[in-house]
Amino acid sequence: MRIPLLRIVPDNTSFDFIRFRRISFPISAVMSILAITLYFTHGLNFGIDFKGGTLIEVREKSGPANLAQMRSTIEGLHLGDFQLQQFGGPDEVLIRIAEQPGGEKEQQAAVEKVRQAFGDALDYRRVEVVGPRVSGELLYTGILGMFAAIGAILCYLWFRFEWQFALGAMIANVHDIVLTLGFMSLTQIDFDLTSIAALLTILGYSLNDTVVIYDRIREMLRRYKKMPMTELLNVSINSTLSRSVITHVTVAMSLLALLLFGGQAIHSFTATMMFGVVLVGTYTSVFIASPILIYLGVRTTRALAQDEADAPEAPNTPAARSPARTPSRARR
Amino acid sequence: MLYFARWKAVAILLTAGIVCSFAIPNFVSAERVKGWPEWAQRYVVLGLDLQGGSHILLEVDKSDIVKQRLDTLRGDVIKTLRDAKIVWANAPVIRGNGVEVRLREGPTYDTALAKLRELSQPISNNIVGITGQKTLDVTEAGGGLVRLAPTEASMTERIRQTVDQAIPIIEKRVNGLGLVEPTIQRQGIDRILVQVPGLGDPRQLIDLLGRTAKLEFRLVNQTMSPQQALQSGVPQDSEILCEARERNTGTDASAMKPPECTGGTPILVYKQIMVEGADLTDARASFDQNGRPDVEFTFNASGARKFGQVTQDNLGRPFAIVLDGEVMSAPTIQSAILGGRGQITGNFSIEQAKNLAIVLRAGALPAKLTPIEQRVVGPGLGQDSIAKGKYASYVGAALVVLFMLVTYGLFGLFANVAVVINVGMIFGILSLLNATLTLPGIAGIVLTVGIAVDSNVLIYERIREEVRNGRTAIAAIDAGFTRALATILDSNITTFIAAAVLFFIGTGPVKGFAVTLGIGILTTLFTAFTLTRLIVAYWVRAIRPQYVPI
Repeated sequence: MRIPLLRIVPDNTSFDFIRFRRISFPISAVMSILAITLYFTHGLNFGIDFKGGTLIEVREKSGPANLAQMRSTIEGLHLGDFQLQQFGGPDEVLIRIAEQPGGEKEQQAAVEKVRQAFGDALDYRRVEVVGPRVSGELLYTGILGMFAAIGAILCYLWFRFEWQFALGAMIANVHDIVLTLGFMSLTQIDFDLTSIAALLTILGYSLNDTVVIYDRIREMLRRYKKMPMTELLNVSINSTLSRSVITHVTVAMSLLALLLFGGQAIHSFTATMMFGVVLVGTYTSVFIASPILIYLGVRTTRALAQDEADAPEAPNTPAARSPARTPSRARR
Repeated sequence: MLYFARWKAVAILLTAGIVCSFAIPNFVSAERVKGWPEWAQRYVVLGLDLQGGSHILLEVDKSDIVKQRLDTLRGDVIKTLRDAKIVWANAPVIRGNGVEVRLREGPTYDTALAKLRELSQPISNNIVGITGQKTLDVTEAGGGLVRLAPTEASMTERIRQTVDQAIPIIEKRVNGLGLVEPTIQRQGIDRILVQVPGLGDPRQLIDLLGRTAKLEFRLVNQTMSPQQALQSGVPQDSEILCEARERNTGTDASAMKPPECTGGTPILVYKQIMVEGADLTDARASFDQNGRPDVEFTFNASGARKFGQVTQDNLGRPFAIVLDGEVMSAPTIQSAILGGRGQITGNFSIEQAKNLAIVLRAGALPAKLTPIEQRVVGPGLGQDSIAKGKYASYVGAALVVLFMLVTYGLFGLFANVAVVINVGMIFGILSLLNATLTLPGIAGIVLTVGIAVDSNVLIYERIREEVRNGRTAIAAIDAGFTRALATILDSNITTFIAAAVLFFIGTGPVKGFAVTLGIGILTTLFTAFTLTRLIVAYWVRAIRPQYVPI
């Protein structure tokens, strides 16, 4: 008895990804320019982690919160810029107060003023105060971490593959980060420490995906020394396509659950991850990271370095890989 | 790839079983776990964002330390020159971050300079021993002017020592509040992180930590009124301090710098400290005869002797009790106090009296500490986060499990078994390390479920391909594993690098994410390389399949 199983991607797809680069590259270029423009015009909505200041999450004890009244109460405290935001239920409000001038102590004093103004009417669910010194350092380590991660991963790829692969992966990387930053500017999602975590994870996953395809490309390069690069790349992407799609469906499912039910506290984190991992990461590894190898001249160095090293192993594998197109060429 | 020696199979199952079993204490009631041997009592620690609590980062006030250091240095310079009987042209003064003294040019100059250079000593610390650096830079500015400035290295070392001294005092203060399981640790060179689970309102704690609590008993200078002193100049041996106004938070000391006392009245007191807080052995909140809260203290033997002497010699004069540069009260000495006991009165609330007693018992901090970061999560929000995190995890896991079943059938079931064991192992390792689970950490686990199946997907897709390429079932399965495992390793290492970087740069919740993600990758590699393979190998051996059901 065979139970019919779900096949999201049919067997033996042969989409011409490499040809499609003539469409996907311009699209990516336009999107990247858009993202950069957004970044410079709208900017990121830095949270208190990087900007300093105070964040207070409160719950009105007696029913829905009256935002207008809260606003006027806080205005009366003369604390400079502040924002109120409905957060979760109608009785929950997020109060953000900009960094107070006058050093570390003033930040604490601001919280105290708010507490005194509202007294017992509110339940203080979360209070975060980040002083000017800490916020500067957090931003610095965040940026440093980003570069450290990219650097370390590149070194690893360089070590495991050829430099062309590392370069291709890096271009894909930067593309991912640029688009995700664009998304963050567009949605004005809070950019805080968890956003750095999200960005780094996106980086890791997008690379994870890229590496799976690169692995296949490398394998094909060793096995079919005479296959034209375009075709070789296409076969590699097509034969890993089913895996890429299935994996991203499962990751998307996990993230969707977190996005819908994980609560406000990790909302910006999961939303960013959803965009980065599922939308950009997949697209990048298939449409950017792999086609770009065409321009980086993988084949030439490969052919020189890898003369007789890898003989084809099983007699029945090579020809059948993409039966429609490769039989004559692959049989060496 | 599909052959396992029996001992290997046993080892794999044992490893998985043992690691998973470390998670058991998390699901058993605390009383029962107490009866278990020590090594088995390991838990996943919930982060402050999940259980609620306060995270307060304190920084040592560097300017305070520099000031103390320069004051001592100036004293040392004066003493050195006096001992060598050298007369200066201009007395030593503190200028910028150093001490300057103008010496007389001539024969004494070189001896004086040599003496001053001796003040600079090699820095040693308990980490590397002698560091080869000196404590002071002694420079000649010409015209007999000599400048002594503490080196950067010596100041860093001093800050480090200050933090070392401050930590036990902070511990005492936090414990004095009766808080449960606080963590107090150094961060970097000049910072101390205080974390108190379950503390939803840290105002009292911050008040307690923000005070230096330097207690001094000094005589009041009655030769002139403070106003007179302000006009005609404050005498060398005295200074003007403010009387503490009604204390509400206790951290306002800096807001009312003498001589403009905004709240209380100025008082002229002698600089000489007769008795100090270091001589206290005990302090308790109590009530005075009028029923107002006060703090009663007890001196040690030497303190009691000094206190008795001073009170005996100065009957009828006011005696100022100075705390952190503010005069708490200046009662007139009625009689000699020989028992080594006394009390501090002021306009305290009961709580303030209690706090004061705690800080006096714990002792004075070596320097001022400023809170520079504060993150507080109330218990309600923590519980909500746990509930939401759990719910999201169940939904996410259910979706993935279902999807795998629909996509791969029996092999999907194998994958699901591996994922369940994988999550069990994550919890086991987290418990083993007593690691902290945060809300982003839960997200990390959910995400791991998503990618743990990726390793199975890679293997299964490869098997599908091999089948299409015309291999027999068993050969296809074997080849699928062989080829996919290399890819799994490569692809997971990149994510692991990202997790490692995150671990090193992140703090609190973000670090929690990095931990679960990193552990998740390791367990994923383990299950992919051993468990899944083992399960499939046994299935192959039992069924001898003619076709692969995926």
